[in-house]
Amino acid sequence: MTQAPTAPQHDWSSDVFAAIKARDVSTVCTIPDGGLTRLLKMIEADTAMRLVTLTTEEEGMGIVSGLWLGGTKSMIAMQSSGVGNCINALGFPQTLKAPCLMLVTMRGQWGEFNPWQVTMGQAVEPVLRAVGVKCFAVDKAEEVGETFVAAADLAFNGGLATAVLVSQRIIGAKGFGQK
Amino acid sequence: MKASKSNKLDRRTFTAEVLKHRNGALVIPGLGSPTWDCYAAGDSPEYLYSWGGMGLAVPTALGLALAQPGKRVLALTGDGEMMMGIGSLAVVAAQAPKNLAILVLDNESFSETGRQTGLTSGKADICEIAKGMGIARTLLVREMAETGALIELLFETAGPTLAVAKIAITDDAWKLPEKDGAAIARRFRNALGLGAA
Repeated sequence: MTQAPTAPQHDWSSDVFAAIKARDVSTVCTIPDGGLTRLLKMIEADTAMRLVTLTTEEEGMGIVSGLWLGGTKSMIAMQSSGVGNCINALGFPQTLKAPCLMLVTMRGQWGEFNPWQVTMGQAVEPVLRAVGVKCFAVDKAEEVGETFVAAADLAFNGGLATAVLVSQRIIGAKGFGQK
Repeated sequence: MKASKSNKLDRRTFTAEVLKHRNGALVIPGLGSPTWDCYAAGDSPEYLYSWGGMGLAVPTALGLALAQPGKRVLALTGDGEMMMGIGSLAVVAAQAPKNLAILVLDNESFSETGRQTGLTSGKADICEIAKGMGIARTLLVREMAETGALIELLFETAGPTLAVAKIAITDDAWKLPEKDGAAIARRFRNALGLGAA
């Protein structure tokens, strides 16, 4: 079934940003993804927030844990390929019972044009579940905000690792050179 | 010829001397030997003992330093873990916390797993890498007599700073602290006056 062109998409990035601010999450670690562009711009523009750009996503597991040890709420935002880089490191916050909130924009999933993305994209949810992360997949833009809220509250109230997986159906499967 | 033959510092004596001068600094020891070294020097709730997550000592210390700007934070790691997480030095340089110091105990081998040769025994120079990543203040230490300058760099100089200490490969009795991560973290947070998650 093909999707007909639709009206301008719901602005899920603003919903996530509002939830971040409401929960006093003051630091966001990231390796950027196209799907995160709007959210990362909002974070960067907010002088009360700190954006920590990583060299590999697993560093985020340590930084998020260290921030929590010091009393600061934080999260990590990444592309699905970055999940693969986090697997062993996810044992660290989970053993400490440090909250670890992950926002993942998916590739290799819905109409992906690049086959090199498919191996990891298809493995994200089973692999995260295998290492104990609670996963919340969402494929409607209007539902990203409430899903993020649920995952954030579970992480911060329970000292758990949770991941919101934003479907490529929301992000859009585009080829290189397309905006 | 293996450079490690010139490594003289006794890790337990050396780390005990460094920690004696930490002056309230919070310590994030890396998994394995640096954790055993800390515990052997005397237990403290201000040590976050680690039994896993190779590569995460520096990122964890960075997060802690950003959250606690009023406290000095020391990442105490080994050469193997530092090389695994070497990119994190660029993240440290970019965030530039003035209260963060890194001490690499470098015996040029994976001593925990059978003393296999490590990459710093050959051409890799962690001080030079750190400088290239943007950490300007570094120090290479080979003698106990140099610990005065080291202690100043780790606990007084504006960070981020990094030192590499060339330690000998030694047979040290295992000193194993608490291994329940949640208990270790709870104790650490309590020492900072923080409650439950």
